[in-house]
Parts: sequence; C-alpha cells; structure tokens
Amino acid sequence: MKPLLEISDLHVRFRTHSPLSAMMNGIQDPFVDAVNGVSLHIGEGETYGLVGESGSGKTTLARSILGLVQPQQGSIRYAGTELIGMPAAQMKRFRSNVGAMFQDPVGSLSPRMTIGSLLAEPFKIHGLSDRDLGHEATRLLDMVGLNRDFSSRYPHQLSGGQARRVGVARALALNPKLIIADEPTAGLDVSVQGEILNLLGKLQAELGISILVITHNLNVVRHITDRMGIMYFGRVLEQGPTSAIFHQPSHPYTLALLSANPEPDPDAEIDRLELHGEVPSLFNRPGGCEFHPRCPFSDDTCKSAFPDITELDNAHSFRCHHPLQRA
Amino acid sequence: MSATEISAQATQMPATWQNVWRALKRVLREPLGALGFGLVMFVLVSAIGADFFAPFEPNKIDIRAKLQPPSAEHYLGTDQLGRDIYSRVLVGGRIALKVSLVSIGIALVIGLTLGLIAGYGPRWLDNSLMLLFDSVRSFPTVMFALAVVTLFGPSLTTVMIVVIVTQIPIYGRMVRSQTQALRDAEFILAERAMGAGFFRIIAMHILPNVVGPLLILASMDIPFVITIEAGLSFLGMGVRPPTPSWGTILNDGYSYIYNTPWPVIAGGIPVILTTLGFTFLGESLRDVFDPKLRKEI
Amino acid sequence: MLEISRLNVEFTTERGVIKALRDVDLEVPRGSIVGVVGESGCGKSTMINSIIGLLAHNAAVRSGSITFEGSDLLQKSQRELRDIRGTRISMVFQDPMTALNPVLSIGAQMTDIQYRDPIGMAQKKQRSIRMLSRVGIPDPETRLENYPHQFSGGMRQRIAIAMALQAEPALLIADEPTTALDATLEVQIIHRLKDLQQSMGCSILFISHHLGVIAELCDFVVVMYGGEVVERGTVRDIFHRPAHPYTIKLLECDPARIAETTRALPTIPGEIPDLVNLPPGCIFADRCDRCIKVCREQIPQTTEFAEHHWARCHLAGSMAET
Repeated sequence: MKPLLEISDLHVRFRTHSPLSAMMNGIQDPFVDAVNGVSLHIGEGETYGLVGESGSGKTTLARSILGLVQPQQGSIRYAGTELIGMPAAQMKRFRSNVGAMFQDPVGSLSPRMTIGSLLAEPFKIHGLSDRDLGHEATRLLDMVGLNRDFSSRYPHQLSGGQARRVGVARALALNPKLIIADEPTAGLDVSVQGEILNLLGKLQAELGISILVITHNLNVVRHITDRMGIMYFGRVLEQGPTSAIFHQPSHPYTLALLSANPEPDPDAEIDRLELHGEVPSLFNRPGGCEFHPRCPFSDDTCKSAFPDITELDNAHSFRCHHPLQRA
Repeated sequence: MSATEISAQATQMPATWQNVWRALKRVLREPLGALGFGLVMFVLVSAIGADFFAPFEPNKIDIRAKLQPPSAEHYLGTDQLGRDIYSRVLVGGRIALKVSLVSIGIALVIGLTLGLIAGYGPRWLDNSLMLLFDSVRSFPTVMFALAVVTLFGPSLTTVMIVVIVTQIPIYGRMVRSQTQALRDAEFILAERAMGAGFFRIIAMHILPNVVGPLLILASMDIPFVITIEAGLSFLGMGVRPPTPSWGTILNDGYSYIYNTPWPVIAGGIPVILTTLGFTFLGESLRDVFDPKLRKEI
Repeated sequence: MLEISRLNVEFTTERGVIKALRDVDLEVPRGSIVGVVGESGCGKSTMINSIIGLLAHNAAVRSGSITFEGSDLLQKSQRELRDIRGTRISMVFQDPMTALNPVLSIGAQMTDIQYRDPIGMAQKKQRSIRMLSRVGIPDPETRLENYPHQFSGGMRQRIAIAMALQAEPALLIADEPTTALDATLEVQIIHRLKDLQQSMGCSILFISHHLGVIAELCDFVVVMYGGEVVERGTVRDIFHRPAHPYTIKLLECDPARIAETTRALPTIPGEIPDLVNLPPGCIFADRCDRCIKVCREQIPQTTEFAEHHWARCHLAGSMAET
C-alpha cells in the first residue's frame, strides 16, 4: 500500500511558562512534550486507529496534521508533500484534501448557522461559491442519509446522531482523500454509534478515502480499523495490524488497556493485567520508559533508558525492554 | 411549537426575525418585561412623533403666560418664559434618545471591533488594547466630562464624545472575554481545519454569538446615557438653550421650585419612566437569552 | 430498601406536556448494586432527580411513590429531603469537579460535610484520612492540604466517592461515575466501589450506558427506554436471557459482544417517539421487529413472567423461550 500520510519523528511542545516567568522561577525547560517523536503512516484507503488515554497526545497529533498546532520538529508528508513550514496560501489549498471531525457532534457546528449554510461553508471558504450550493447541500444530506428538510434547521435542534451525520457530510464536502476523526462516536448511544460507523465504512468503500480515527473505545477500533497505534505520554508504544495487536499484544501497556475493557457478560472470566497508581503528569515526566511507574515488569533498565523500536514481522513494532512472551 | 412547525416557520422568516419574534413573546409573558416594553414603545413613539404631538412650538416665548400650572391649553403648564412644557418634554425626549442611541451605537461598533481584535488577535495586540481600555476606564467619568467641556465647549457633540469614549472600554472588554471563550470552541477549530481565515471566522462565527448579549447590555446603558445627558445639561455643560432637553427643563424649573413645582416634575418624570422602561426591558431580555437562567428540559 | 412504584413524572413545556416517566417500577434491595441502562432520553436522569427531590421547576410528579427505608420520599418536605440527602442517600456524578469546591482544600471540604456530627475537629480529620485511604489515595495526610485541581481526574473521582460514602449512606446513587475516565482507571474505580459497597453494606444505584461495566459490577439491571422501565431482573437474566426486544437489540448493538470483526455493525433503526404525543400502544412498537397488532393498540403491562424477571412487553415470557 502506498502511504498517503507519513509522519516521522514528530515533536509538538507546548509552552507552560512565558520566557520571563521561566527565568524568574528558574525553570530550565518551560515546555511540555505533548507529542514526543511519533512516526506512523496511513496507506490509501486504509483506516488507522490511534488509541490512548486522555493526555496521551493523540488529539494534539491529529491537530498538527490539520495545521491547527505547530510542531517543533519532524515531518508530516501528505502524498509526498511536506506540510510543516508550508506557506499559508498553499496550506489553505491543501486543507481541501483533508476532512476533519471533532469530538462534540453538536458543539463542532457553528450554533447560529443553519445546516444548509454549514454545508455550504467548505465551498465558500475554498472559493467555489459559483457552484449551486443548495444543490451541493442536498447532495451531501442525501449522502449521509438525512432528509433534505434539515437544511433549514439549526444545530441545537438536532440529536447527537443527526449532528454527527452533518459533521460527516461537512468533512466529505470537498471530496477529501483523508478524514481525521477525533472521537467520532463520543457521546452517542450504542445503536447510533453503529449507524455512524457503518456510514463512514460505506463512504470509505465508495470513495476510497483513508481514515485516521482517534478514540479510546477499543471495541470501535477492533471492528473498523486495519492498523492501530497505542499512544502513551506522547509516544507510540506499539503499532501494527489491528488483529495482530488484539490477538497478541507485545507491550504490557497494550495488554493492560485491552484487558481493562469490561466484557458485557456477567460470567466473563477476564484475565486482567491491572495497573497500579495514576497516570503521571506531563509536567513531571518519569525518566526512562514513561510507563515504568505503572508497569508490573519494570526494572532498573526501564528507569534509565527509553527502549528502542523493536520490529516484528508484518509491520508490527513496539518499544519495550520486557515485551510479553509470544505464544 | 413542534419541531416541524419550527422548521416551517424558519423557511418563511429569516432566522434573526424568527428569533426576535420568539424573544419578544417571552419578554411579554413577564409582567416587568411587558411593562418595560410598553414604556420603551411609549417613549419611542412620543419622541419620534414629537412634532406631530406637540401642540406648541417648543421654543415659542409667551411672557404673559409664564409659570402657569397645567391646564387644558398647556397640559404640563409653562416655564418662566411661557414656553409650553409638554411640547418641550416631547422634543427633549427626542434629543435624549438621539444622544443615547447615536453615541451608544458608535461606542458599540468601535468597542465590538476592538474587542474582537483583542480577543481573537495576537497576544501583544490584546495586551496593548487592554492597557488602553484600562487607562480610559481608570479616569472618572465626571472629571473626563469636565475636561472635554473645557476643551470643546458645551454642546450636544461634547456629551456624545464623553459617552462614546467612556463606553468603548466597557463593550470592548465584554466582547473580548466572550471572544476568548469562543476562540477555542470546537466549531471554531472545525472552521479553521477547513481553512477559514481570520476575518471569516470573526464575521461569520464569533460575531453572531457575541452580538446578542452586547445589544442587551447596550439597551440597559441607554437610561444611563440619558441621565448623563440630563445631568450635563442641568449643569449647563450639555445642550445649549434654547434647545429643549430634559436636563435643561429641570435646570430651568429648579430656580422656580418654590413658586411652582410643575417644570421640575414634568422634566423629571420622563427621565424616570425611560430609565425604568429600558432597565426592565434589558433585564427581561437578558433573562430570556441567558440559558443558565432558563431552566427547562 | 428503595422501592419506586408506578412513578409518573411530567414536564410542562412550550411544546406541550412531556410524559417523561410512565409507570416506572424499580427496586433496590439492601446491600445490592442495581444498574440502570438506557440511551439518551430514556428518563434516567429524571428518575434520579425524582429520588433526590431535585426535579426542575416545570416538572410534576403525577402519581406513584418512592419508598425509602419505609417512608415515601414524595411526601417529605424540602427540609426533610435535605436531611436525607448527604446522610442516607449520597450521589456521585460523572464530572467529579461538580462535587468539589475548587477554592477549598480537600481536607476542609471533607471535614465540612461532617458538620452534623458532634465530634471534634481532630476526629473529623482522622475520619477523612481513613476514608481517603480506603478509596485508594496514597499518602492521605499530606494530600488533605491539596486543592481539587492538584489531583488527576481519577483521583478526583475517588475523592468524590470518599466524600459521598463518608456519611455511611444507605444508598449511593452513581450517575455515570466512570464515563469521563480512561479504561484502565475505570476498572480500578469500579473494583474499589464494589469493595467499599461490600464492606460498608450500602446499596448502589449505578447509572451507566457502558454495558460492560454494568455486567461486571451489578447484581440487578433495569433497562429503560423512552421514559419506561421495559425490563428488569438479575444481571444474568438480562445479559443471558433478555426478554424485551429493546434489551435484545441493545445487547446486539454493543460492538464488544460481537466477536467477529465486522464493518457492518447492527443498529436499531428509527428513533424514540415524541414523548408529548405518545403512540397508543407499546413505546417500542415502531422500532420492534416482532411487533404484532396488539402492540400498536395496547400499552403492555409489566409482568413478572419468571421469578425476579419483569418485562413490559406483550410477548414477554413467550420470547424468552424462543
């Protein structure tokens, strides 16, 4: 598969103190590393799932692809073109290639615009107002299975599932090749979640787009993604084909995350790798492997050195000094 | 109203009028809101139709008929120059409204623009605008008014300049804080991700969300401006005689308060009614639009 | 210990009267954990607010009773309810920040909520420390001085649980307490909650949309749909022998229960009917694939078709066998 999006060694840092206050308080490093050396690639027509707990940097990673956050280091290449440092005018043109969906279905729609004008927005922004925008709006509503009457409604008059469909329609308005969906089913009921995921799957099959899904819902990842990556503390600890990771995780954190997912069966026997302690703060990054304070297998090596990438077959890789034994 | 009715209405009426109509219905349901709305309408109609309603030329002097009590001819009596107070109150109301609407309107536009820039623009611009606003606000209004009057002489324009300059920071600060709250909202991120530029985001997505509360605040400022105008005119620093203004009517009547209280009463009551009217209306509008106060499922 | 019977709650709005709860029956036996599941708009929050007496001003209880420790909560005055809240019934919310005052230290808040108890400051502090260590806060003596924002999300929820359980209530109402937490923390918190419940002997009414959490934690399950309790029973009955078509569909939809990966996930077509203009028959009839004539004409009665297993369906009982 030819990679559509290639991210290599990406670093995003946020300033925590202004230069002046850092100097006054004697802070050597007034930054936190939200994304810390991430490399991944997404092939054409592929669905990549990025999982991790809150604060793991998955949303920041998505936003840096969308150009909403400026990375300090590394590269993001879309179809071979480097996005970091791209001039603003060119960046605007690039944006029509990527559709975005944000977490809150209703909150990501401008509240005082009708659905019709919200659907016309992408065309207006990219200077395509000469098209029949009313026609485009109906085309998009049809595509996501909403009645044409919705054009005159406002976001707050919609249910979560309907608003999410509008979000999908907007993301697909300009025929992008890549969709970045940040928690596309957050706050939706299970039955509606299925509808939205099926819709995305259907459109992906028809249009051949690639999707980057960011979520903490492992069940969603298991069903809809081809490959996945697990993020912790701004790093990808393990990535590879979804089935391989679910079947045989290598990193203890992956196993903990997978086994933490409660089974909807009261008699299920779950062999859990339970973690202890809390997620450390980004301001207080542990040395060595960031996972060592919570890891049941950690030793002195883990405290001092961050593990290198170990490549397995089938593009499956992880970073751990003490990987789980493979059966 | 059911959802289908709402959408049927939405297709007939533009969005803003539909919202205005719904808000008005809510305002009228509250007794104080209805009273405020009635008073404001009354003041507006009488001010706009002042020339039509006024039985006399407001500046026509008739020394023989000076300081008369209310009668069938002069509804509110006459002043020390025999001018009909009823006619002067009506025309004075027009001046009071003109001053407040024009100056608040100008302050609103400038405050809104600066507030949007401060709230959405770069940090250094925000800091410098805030410094400017704070410096203006730290200056006492009365002192500032006296300084402007000394520089430019008393006139209607002077009153308006004082109001505009003192109101801009108030509106600017409010718009700035609201803009900052919206800046990181997901729908703004979504627009940015689509490639929407600075001006488009401000005009299409931030402005419509800050303008409502701002207009309510401004409507509650109208009585404040009317009292400033009346106060400055009363002190002889505002509207120059013989132009009628509620302040000058009060000022004129004040000297004769022992002989006849009518001019003072006639000049004071409109100020009170207008103040109450705009305040009640503004407060009930705020209640209608503030989702935190509107608790229904 | 808590028994809701035939509770009807209505909201008066501009659109008309929303019949938010209709003939809701529920039972929380002493020392058990009862889970409430249902999708948005099913009436979960209205039910909780009725129990604690905090319904919105446009709501009215039309009929029914909420019996708690032998007396009807609906007959009590606001004052009496206030005394019950916080001593006999406590709550934990989805966002722990709603329960914690951001400008007071944890210690100050935890001693403050013991204002009813006639014991000294030092004792109250000791009790707070004990409670914090029971919910798994390391080093509670020093952390007592900290403010809510100095804790992580998981820690805050533990503190909220500690505060809710400190008065040793008979009933803890937990409204989606783990929804905002990450998976690994969620498991830690439910286990802690279960341990505490067993050692303190209280009952928990646990509201969640996460079927996995319900299955793992609860003894009994109540399924709500469109303002009605459509099915209730033991956790095994609900997950292994669901009787109401809605419960069956809901379980089918959970991607966690589908072993084979699929890109075509099951859904429940249609939407919840408008609760202002109710259909004449069963509330689920429009979306039900086993709907027969009687379903559209008559509202089904809640029937106990098997021991401790109730369903509000014309076909209940006959379905469980098939």
